[in-house]
Amino acid sequence: MANDVKPRVKVPKSAKAGEAVVVKTLISHPMESGQRKDKDGALIPRSIINRFTCDFNGKNVIDVTLEPAISTNPYIEFEAMIGEAGEFKFTWYDDDGSVYEDSKPIAIS
Amino acid sequence: MILSRREALVLALGSVAAAAIPMSALASVDDAVAAFTGGAAVTDGAGVTLTAPEIAENGNTVPISVDAPGASSILVLAAGNPTPAVVTFNFGELAGAHAASTRIRLSKTQNVIAIAKLADGTFVRTSSEVKVTIGGCGG
Repeated sequence: MANDVKPRVKVPKSAKAGEAVVVKTLISHPMESGQRKDKDGALIPRSIINRFTCDFNGKNVIDVTLEPAISTNPYIEFEAMIGEAGEFKFTWYDDDGSVYEDSKPIAIS
Repeated sequence: MILSRREALVLALGSVAAAAIPMSALASVDDAVAAFTGGAAVTDGAGVTLTAPEIAENGNTVPISVDAPGASSILVLAAGNPTPAVVTFNFGELAGAHAASTRIRLSKTQNVIAIAKLADGTFVRTSSEVKVTIGGCGG
């Protein structure tokens, strides 16, 4: 459905144990709101990413419900508490049933 | 297919009702709040911070951030959008700070509302007016 969907995530390479790190995520997606009309006046059907989750070593960090009022290429920034080295897992859920995933490792310095 | 007069009337009424739905969405801020809080009282003020620009030139991407220490979830609403719901952040056990930023669409100058569910189960709200020069809902 949505073409060229590409997740991009920025996470520090390492962190101190017990430190909160800033995680920035961006995914290229048109986020068609279902409000716009094409040149013939017909409504363009809604097609958005409706949910985003981030887990660290299997534990949930954030779970976001997105609505059509989120801009094209949804950008989400948040903080995660790092207790040990491990891997972030990011998941985006599309209206059309597609699931996009990305993961990033982080070390303890 | 040949429509009887009665069927044609029913169809016409149905399409009128369908057209009326987006209008009623304008009044659904209260519904969205009620769905989030379950009818609990919402107090104004301390406990939640909403950072939004005073003037947004382009309503297609308005950066906002919310912060509510200890909150389990934060709901963001745009009162003047065709559908007021914008985003809900649910913080998990590893959330570093109960804060998040994103970019939203605003159709016109309006109030952006953030409602946080605090750790003790109470709800607080704050709002901020954003002036929008070019609306972000397309044609």
